[in-house]
Amino acid sequence: MANDNAQLTALADTTRRAVFELVAERPRSVAEITRALPVTQSAVSQHLKVLKAAQLVRAEPKGASNIYHVDPDGLASLRAELDRFWSKTLAAYKIAVEQPPEEER
Amino acid sequence: MSTHAADTSVKQSVVVEAPIERAFKVFTEDFGSFKPAEHNLLAVQIAETVFEPRVGGHIYDRGVDGSECRWARVLAYQPPNRVVLSWNISPQWQIETDPEKASEWEVRFTAETANRTRVEIEHRKLERHGEGWESVRDGVAGDGGWPLYLQRYADLLAHQA
Repeated sequence: MANDNAQLTALADTTRRAVFELVAERPRSVAEITRALPVTQSAVSQHLKVLKAAQLVRAEPKGASNIYHVDPDGLASLRAELDRFWSKTLAAYKIAVEQPPEEER
Repeated sequence: MSTHAADTSVKQSVVVEAPIERAFKVFTEDFGSFKPAEHNLLAVQIAETVFEPRVGGHIYDRGVDGSECRWARVLAYQPPNRVVLSWNISPQWQIETDPEKASEWEVRFTAETANRTRVEIEHRKLERHGEGWESVRDGVAGDGGWPLYLQRYADLLAHQA
């Protein structure tokens, strides 16, 4: 994935990782994240900006503020893994099912 | 075989030269014979994979030492057309005990001719694996808490350190 480096860098910072983990736990606003951490709101905003650029979180406007969610594209890796799994499984299944039935027990 | 994808699901299909009844039977009864060998959450080799053909049943692997791993639960069982199962495997390839965090996979069988069947798989609700990641917060203590992709980054970090 081309984003690996950006995401890696984004999570290398301890505070930024804490911000990400709070968002991963459940969607939260900047204010909520700030309350949970010993840093200023503007620092949290900066961290969110980096996480957003790295496609780890996504902002959804709600009223006057943004609610931050985990970016579903972060599922790309899991999806790729399952894609490989199912494609191997179906290929092997095709061979198994197309064997002449008399080969069955 | 084709692959396409929405954000939170994986879809694949294959057309096989077999009647629908046989396609269904082989898929369910013989699942263990064609699933990839690396799909094994046990510490030992798999002796057999059992597909319990009823709603509420499981697919489980039994290891050569008798240990068992129940990694899917049957949610719908409609031979020869359809099965729906849960996928109780976390992105870290560990058993997911929380049913809320299990995704699900549906297998649909459609007769194209008397001897040809289309088999479609939709593995969906993948976002469930990524929601409520309390374990991610605890992930610093134990690496089991990290989703696969984060684990990869963590590994990279460790190598760079």
